[in-house]
Amino acid sequence: MAQMTTAYHAPGLRAKRSFMNRIDAPQIVVLAAAASMIFIVALLLAFIAWQGIQLFVKDGVPVSQIFSSTWQPDMTSPNVSFGLLPFIAGTVFVTVVALLISTPVSVGLALFLSEVAPQWARAIVQPALEIFVGIPSVVWGWLGITILVPFLSSTFGSDINLGLPVVGTLITIPGFLTGFSWLAGSLVLSIMIVPTITSVSYDAFRAIPQELRTGSLALGTTRWQTIRHVLIPSALTGVLTAVVLGMTRAAGEALAVQMVIGNSPSMPAAISQPVTTLTSQITLDMGNTVFGEPWQDALWTMSLVLLIISITSVVLVRLINKRRMGA
Amino acid sequence: MTAVASRAAGGPGDSKPSLKGKAARGSILADKAATVVLWGTGVLVLAILGGIIVHFAMAAWGVVSLNFVFGDPSDTNLGGVFPVLWNSIYMLGLTMLIAVPVGILGGIYMAEYARETGILGKLTTTIRFAEEAISSVPSIVVGLFGLILFVDNFKWGFTALSGALALTFFNLPLMTRLAEQALRAVPQDERSASLALGATKWQTIRHVVLPLAIPGLITGVILTAGRVFGEAAVLLFTSGIGTPAHYNFMNFDLTSPASPWSPLRPATTLSVYIWKLNSEGLGAFKNQIVDGSAAILISMVLIFNLGARLLGRVLSRRLTAA
Repeated sequence: MAQMTTAYHAPGLRAKRSFMNRIDAPQIVVLAAAASMIFIVALLLAFIAWQGIQLFVKDGVPVSQIFSSTWQPDMTSPNVSFGLLPFIAGTVFVTVVALLISTPVSVGLALFLSEVAPQWARAIVQPALEIFVGIPSVVWGWLGITILVPFLSSTFGSDINLGLPVVGTLITIPGFLTGFSWLAGSLVLSIMIVPTITSVSYDAFRAIPQELRTGSLALGTTRWQTIRHVLIPSALTGVLTAVVLGMTRAAGEALAVQMVIGNSPSMPAAISQPVTTLTSQITLDMGNTVFGEPWQDALWTMSLVLLIISITSVVLVRLINKRRMGA
Repeated sequence: MTAVASRAAGGPGDSKPSLKGKAARGSILADKAATVVLWGTGVLVLAILGGIIVHFAMAAWGVVSLNFVFGDPSDTNLGGVFPVLWNSIYMLGLTMLIAVPVGILGGIYMAEYARETGILGKLTTTIRFAEEAISSVPSIVVGLFGLILFVDNFKWGFTALSGALALTFFNLPLMTRLAEQALRAVPQDERSASLALGATKWQTIRHVVLPLAIPGLITGVILTAGRVFGEAAVLLFTSGIGTPAHYNFMNFDLTSPASPWSPLRPATTLSVYIWKLNSEGLGAFKNQIVDGSAAILISMVLIFNLGARLLGRVLSRRLTAA
């Protein structure tokens, strides 16, 4: 009853109430629940950062060494080297090709859903995309192994010559021997990130005021001209955000990629050859190393690199959106 | 409309009627082509999803049987995946036990109390940043965090509890955001009416906003559950990688590592088991077992999705009718 009366006060009285009075018990509880996420992030950053620098602090490996391309973590080998470049390059290359494949399809799909599709088509495609999100990454990896990898190896098994009819062969790509390859990883990832890029771009297209469409169409343009010259430019920052989020998801995906890329710890040579990534090397080696040995410390450094990539992308998304707000 | 425009431009008196007509025809053709391509993307998604479902239905045919699920787990040629399926369900329950209440409470703060200005506004910004940061951290890194914090520092070892807490950390932002969206979808008039009747803010939330948001909240819970159920990377180094063992479900001693009800025991889930089978590549029937397990996972995902949709629809109809 006492609580009921406080809401009854005249507005003038409200300003005089002290800070403590304004905060009621439920508010503290819900605030604690929301703020727990800050606590989790702080703990995660602290622990991963601490473990990630042990390679330099405890094992005395110079920071410059991680930029070398030689990965020789076994302490019994004559030239031990903790070069992380093959993993970083692998992650970047696999992600970039995945984005090149996925972005046009996903943006097209977002345009289809927001501009073209009738109600009934949207009612089918949107739930289908939600099911896509729910398919576990091990299942994507398994599909890659049972369908994609054998297909690549049987269809493009021998050297592939790319060229023009008169000029002749321009580039020769070595054949997919086993099928486990950079391209296999990128293809699996490109499907996995379609829902992310599509849903964020879809929101961006939906946020464009209807007047822009009607205005453009009233000038006599076709729907495609409106999409190309009005809608895509207006939604560009939103689409960019979508691509960054897709990139983050792709760079951080572990199991599906590990299952299909062949895991060869050397610099990526060709799109048809096995490569490795930060996530897949961690997945493979973590269970086989002993806590505190330099090999495992290098894995922790890899996870710190992954963490830096993901936090950077969050900041990047914020910057892109701030620019949109300002413009 | 475009036809009218082109006819007007290409009418008599115009010096180059055919050229303009051709340009207009070109853009109409481009528009038609674009429409076909955009429809194609929609068809492509449906074709891939349909292909996956058909593929697993065929792969599971003759593999998934009562024996495959409930058979003797020590016979690796047979399957007997029930213990790992049980672990998936158990881990899901344990995770949601923590993630749902905390996520809904956090969602209440973000939807009802969060300020956008002043010191509290800064706090809101920080919470949103944390929310986005956890969502973007790779699941394998969250798993490593669980390994260092729960398994090593807390000395819990590879247990269901370590895994469930790591999963909670990973999925709390999603649950919070979905809860916030569900609460924000409740019309402002409902709140105003309740406050005008003299109810306090919390009474309004508790008795007006939350009941109205229930369909949305349930959809949020099920969508989060779908993601928790299939997750493997978080669990590899927190809840352990093992083989299915026979469980005695009459053992209710929660402190015993042998009890399937105990959170203090290693718990290999179905997803982790698929990964393990694939990376070790042992057993003559490995492919069949993985196909069958993956088919079970996919069916669960479909059930979660359709369930969320149906339940949300039924509840919102019932609540709006009442």
